[in-house]
Amino acid sequence: MRDVSIIGIGQTKVGEHWHRSLRDLAVDAISAALKDAKVERVGALYVGNMLSGELTAQEHLGALLADWAGLGSIEAVKVEAACASGAAAVRLGYIGVASGIQDFVLVCGVEKMTDADAETTTAAWSAAVDADYEASHGPSFAAINALLMRRYMYEFGVQRQDFAPFAVNAHQNGVNNPCAMFRSPISAEAFEKARMIADPISLLDAAPICDGAAAVVLCPSDRAREFVGKPVRIRGSAMATDRLALHSRSDPLCLHAAQVSAQKAYQQAGVGPHDINALELHDAFTVMAALSLEACGFAERGKGVRLAQEGEITLQGRIPISTMGGLKARGHPVGATGVYQIVELVEQLRGEAGANQIDCRLGMAQSIGGSGATAITHILEAQEER
Amino acid sequence: MKPARDVGIVGYGAYVPRYRLPASEVSRVWMEGRAALPVEEKSVPGLDEDTVTMAIEAARNALARGGVAPEALRAVWVGSESHPYAVKPTSTIVAEAIGATPQVSAADWEFACKAGTEALQAAIAFVGSGMADYAMAIGMDTAQARPGDALEYTAAAGGAAYIVGPREESLAYLEGSYSSVTDTPDFFRRPYQHYPEHGGRFTGRPSYFKHTTSAVRALLDELGYTPGDFAAAVFHQPNIKFPQRVAQMLGFSKEQIQAGMLVPKVGNTYAGSSLLGLTAILDEAKPGDRVLLASFGSGAGSDAFSFVVTDLIKERQALAPRTQAYVARRKPIDYASYIRYRKKLQIH
Amino acid sequence: MNLPRYWRTEKARYALVGEICRTCGKPIFPPRDVCPHCAQTWQEPHAFSGKGRVYSYSTVYEAPAGYTEYRPYTVALVKLDEGPLVTAQVTDVDNQDVRIGMPVEMVTRKIKEEGENGLIVYGYKFRPVLEDVKR
Repeated sequence: MRDVSIIGIGQTKVGEHWHRSLRDLAVDAISAALKDAKVERVGALYVGNMLSGELTAQEHLGALLADWAGLGSIEAVKVEAACASGAAAVRLGYIGVASGIQDFVLVCGVEKMTDADAETTTAAWSAAVDADYEASHGPSFAAINALLMRRYMYEFGVQRQDFAPFAVNAHQNGVNNPCAMFRSPISAEAFEKARMIADPISLLDAAPICDGAAAVVLCPSDRAREFVGKPVRIRGSAMATDRLALHSRSDPLCLHAAQVSAQKAYQQAGVGPHDINALELHDAFTVMAALSLEACGFAERGKGVRLAQEGEITLQGRIPISTMGGLKARGHPVGATGVYQIVELVEQLRGEAGANQIDCRLGMAQSIGGSGATAITHILEAQEER
Repeated sequence: MKPARDVGIVGYGAYVPRYRLPASEVSRVWMEGRAALPVEEKSVPGLDEDTVTMAIEAARNALARGGVAPEALRAVWVGSESHPYAVKPTSTIVAEAIGATPQVSAADWEFACKAGTEALQAAIAFVGSGMADYAMAIGMDTAQARPGDALEYTAAAGGAAYIVGPREESLAYLEGSYSSVTDTPDFFRRPYQHYPEHGGRFTGRPSYFKHTTSAVRALLDELGYTPGDFAAAVFHQPNIKFPQRVAQMLGFSKEQIQAGMLVPKVGNTYAGSSLLGLTAILDEAKPGDRVLLASFGSGAGSDAFSFVVTDLIKERQALAPRTQAYVARRKPIDYASYIRYRKKLQIH
Repeated sequence: MNLPRYWRTEKARYALVGEICRTCGKPIFPPRDVCPHCAQTWQEPHAFSGKGRVYSYSTVYEAPAGYTEYRPYTVALVKLDEGPLVTAQVTDVDNQDVRIGMPVEMVTRKIKEEGENGLIVYGYKFRPVLEDVKR
């Protein structure tokens, strides 16, 4: 087993890319990552994506993108874990290099959600939950998360408005990210008045439907400096699953998979929550941000919202989250998100985060699939010179 | 007519949906509020209801009262003029949902508003012949009327399920039945047409009144009874006036038809109408009560039945929701919501 | 048209038929081959009573394709009396009147139609208890 580093990152702006298809966006990100890594050839490609088949009638993305990006006859495969597909692709890329089987690996997360109308996309996204026993009863993916939010409010005595700091923080950070979909701040008042999607989840609780692609290049850590001056080492990489349906979990308000994958990643890295300087968590919905903070040990059960209210999640706070806008403001092109999180942590760790720069030595990214059934955690550090 | 073996009603169950459209709303939209109102209000099925879902609930209520295992049913027959599929029986879905499959006969019946009592006649014959110990007959409808038409005031949703079984297990045993039918085109619907046509006043004397009185008089004659022998009677209820008038014509009093008269508050539930009225009577009946059930179906015909309530009624009435509980469960809606629920917005 | 998919789950959907694990005795819904409690593979069918309480709920305003004609509708997690949690719509109640803890009972209703020509899908929903009945 050997250490793995990230030597190149690439990302498209997140938004509604009417002129760019799924493969176009992926090639944009891949080209940027290869250029950033100063690498011309890779040995393998992992593609993170959830909805290409349902929304664009295209599967077989591994071969398609290896072809379209001119990568040669390398091994390539699509990796799917619902909303955590991008992170799952990173995980498999990591395993490929750490195991010694692959040397230079490209990981690309890509999602094209705007080719279909909103109702079709909403229905497709429901494939992240239990098709036969959850989705078939009519809840949108937002509604499944709303069931969590309603229960959270009930059990912990929290009001809907108390979740506003998550959305406000995300949008504030999005202002300074040129790749973010939303670059204007929002107020707590706007949050209160926002239109309901599936109550209590409003438009401002929920990440947008959008398109985007992000890519990273991985290689063995001991070769990273041959290519770039500021490689980032992966200190921890861990994945866990929980029962797929919300109704199958013994305690729906505990993101058990997130907890387990975070603990395994901490253990692998030999660190704890107090060591983390930046957390790119899965804020597809504000309630998920709260539950993620609790699962990763930054707040006790039921206290995640309080942490946000106390301002600890901002760039100046104890545990900055969504430092480049998060899923809420940077956007959530579903299968690409996990790779965007890694790209943004690398920017922080390299000191390339611009106006959103924080003092960052150790960053953590966590991506969650469905309502919590898959969780993938990575811990990254700026690689010291040897 | 009497079957070879004595049979009766072992269990019964009702269903009426929650929503109500006041007749005054129809009048407000179509007649500036000046129409004569044939009922107070009518029941309207919700967006997620149809003849199948309503029949399933009525069937479950009947099973609860009857204490019959669903596997023991040998027939599940649903009579309606609003079967959700033109081809694929409502009855198979109901049979599956209540656990009666696979050893069961299931088929849909159709004869306008007497589709349910046709199924009842057949269930009586099925059990009465010895072919089965238990058979279920259901009359249920989600009636549709053309917007602005006279029938829009009354076309409603609801009905009832009956389990026919051996007399010894019955809460009301059958004394006899009679069916009277002629080809009378008073009300009909062609395939692919959404709404029926009706003959206006032609639906009265030559249709409803002629067939109902024929069937009832023939039954009373055969059994040797007069109206005074009955504690209660229920007729098909297309509106308030018709059952009141036919009762009078036949010599039944207002008191006798009171318990079964649901039409003022529920409207005309078509194939469910007289069967639903009977459940309301049974909910309050006492052992020894003789009850007349007389349906009417356009096309046209009437099925008449005479039942006598047994001692078993007392322990069974409370085993399922009472019909008046369904009637009392009401959520009034306006005409626009009604148009949405009944999907009339899609028809141009 | 997904006909076999809907057909396979009919008993569970129409009548809340799940299982009891014969090894650990715990109730299972929906039915599955491997017990989620003890991982053994020996179960027997069990029709749940349909009685339960609302554990959480949400009114859906932006509905997925196939359900838009019904919006706004309320989905819920219902805790059955026997223990399992079930995802289903709440019906026969105004959306704003749904509460956590509300006692409900199962009814079989139309879940959706696959267009005007396609299958009508029926399944379980829950409504406030109509009348307390002795059973």
